[in-house]
Amino acid sequence: MKLLHCPLNGPRNISEFTYGGEVHAMPDPDACDSSEWAEYVFFDDNRAGVVTEWWCHTATSFWFLADRNTVSDEIMRTYLPAERFSGLAAAPPDGEPSS
Amino acid sequence: MPAALLKYALSRKYPARHAFTRRRDLKKRYDVVIIGAGGHGVAIAYYLSKYHGIKDIAILDKGYVGGGNTARNTAVIRSNYLTEEGVRFYRESVEMFQGLSNELGFNIMFENRGQLTLAHSDAAIRSFRWRAEVNQHMGVRSELVDRKTIAELVPNLNLSEDSRFPILAGLWHADGGTARHDAVAWGYASGACERGAELHQCTEVTGIETKCGRIAAVNTNRGRIECGIAVQAVAGMSSIVADMAGIRLPIHSFPLQAMVTQPYKPLLGPLVSSPHVHVYIQQTSRGEFVIGGGSDPYALYNTRSTLEMKETLSAAILELFPFLGQARVLRQWAGITDMTPDYSPIMGESPVEHYYLDAGWGTWGFKATPISGKTMAELIATGRTPDIIKPFELERFYRFQQINEAGATAASH
Repeated sequence: MKLLHCPLNGPRNISEFTYGGEVHAMPDPDACDSSEWAEYVFFDDNRAGVVTEWWCHTATSFWFLADRNTVSDEIMRTYLPAERFSGLAAAPPDGEPSS
Repeated sequence: MPAALLKYALSRKYPARHAFTRRRDLKKRYDVVIIGAGGHGVAIAYYLSKYHGIKDIAILDKGYVGGGNTARNTAVIRSNYLTEEGVRFYRESVEMFQGLSNELGFNIMFENRGQLTLAHSDAAIRSFRWRAEVNQHMGVRSELVDRKTIAELVPNLNLSEDSRFPILAGLWHADGGTARHDAVAWGYASGACERGAELHQCTEVTGIETKCGRIAAVNTNRGRIECGIAVQAVAGMSSIVADMAGIRLPIHSFPLQAMVTQPYKPLLGPLVSSPHVHVYIQQTSRGEFVIGGGSDPYALYNTRSTLEMKETLSAAILELFPFLGQARVLRQWAGITDMTPDYSPIMGESPVEHYYLDAGWGTWGFKATPISGKTMAELIATGRTPDIIKPFELERFYRFQQINEAGATAASH
């Protein structure tokens, strides 16, 4: 059983989570052309090494970020999206991050 | 017998057959460099050298011929896809497989066994009806069958109505089959090498040089090679090799795990798959049951095996074939599947001139080996993309014209 440390729920079996893919900056939908939008929707760096990814704890619908090595499958760190994106809650609902 | 064998070994009249190239050193330049000596790469070399008179070819592989996903796939051959583009493409591949042993002069052990996909819900029956209509329109043998017919086709299948997901109907694809995957790679590789192509194993591509938007050379751990044309056929490494040429692809790489049991006497003729419980099975010609499922739930470049997948596959297959509860699992392994957003391949031109892509082979690469080799060779030789692979160009994603085969692919292979 592989564990993933959820910032809201603590260590849980990785089968409780949904993988959301690599984090990419979203282009402005009103300003970008259709090929930029296509690249954002379909394309991916698909890097072998440490990448930042979206993960969701399925049971609680809680989205967070993880730095994970896509070769060794080692999870280096999980954290709240607020660390990367401004204007988001700095703590999960009902308390402090458990990490 | 030993004396006769010794006599044969020492006789100069019967020298051992050198299947592959005997040249050891790399030349400074080749007309065509093929990156990847899997089934697709060696098939491209075969069709180039046999039908297009292009023989100045180097096939490079960081490992050995057919040692990547060609060795790891579960050798399912079928053409019962959903889109016209997909069915047309895979149908021709299945037809090529039927005559491939004769074409190559090498027994690839093709067996036309038929393939049965199971429906456990009304929604699945509706989609099977749709697929059967498209398939028949395109000249592929494919039909919706009831439980009585399923019982005749696969007498060992658990058709009980008390199971968790009772089987309601099936999609019977009489053209489906299997072949020896290693033999396909060996047959194509030796055919190409006999005609002058060079196979260089343990030769890893470390960089790709372009000049004015055009391919110039590839760098390897054994030195630099100039080339007029290069093509990448590196399933499981598509994004990484394309990145060397500065190309970004719509691919996510996931492991796909499979396992195999101890051998039994022949019990199961057709290939059976259930998208609903995410499992498929076939009995190999040496009696083992090969059991596979869907890709892993998250992206990874690692061919490790997990206990979770062993449990998932076992639980699913025991529902279909309870007698396998007695079977011992001999091996479990994984291959890396380069999944595209629409579950169709990426073939043809790339943003780099004279650098061609044979990528995005997800879980559907082995069955497309002959047609990919043939059409990619035609593209390389003529510079014109054959109509049958035109819909699979990388460019389709910029036009939002995906070829959606997700429904006809999941856990069916």
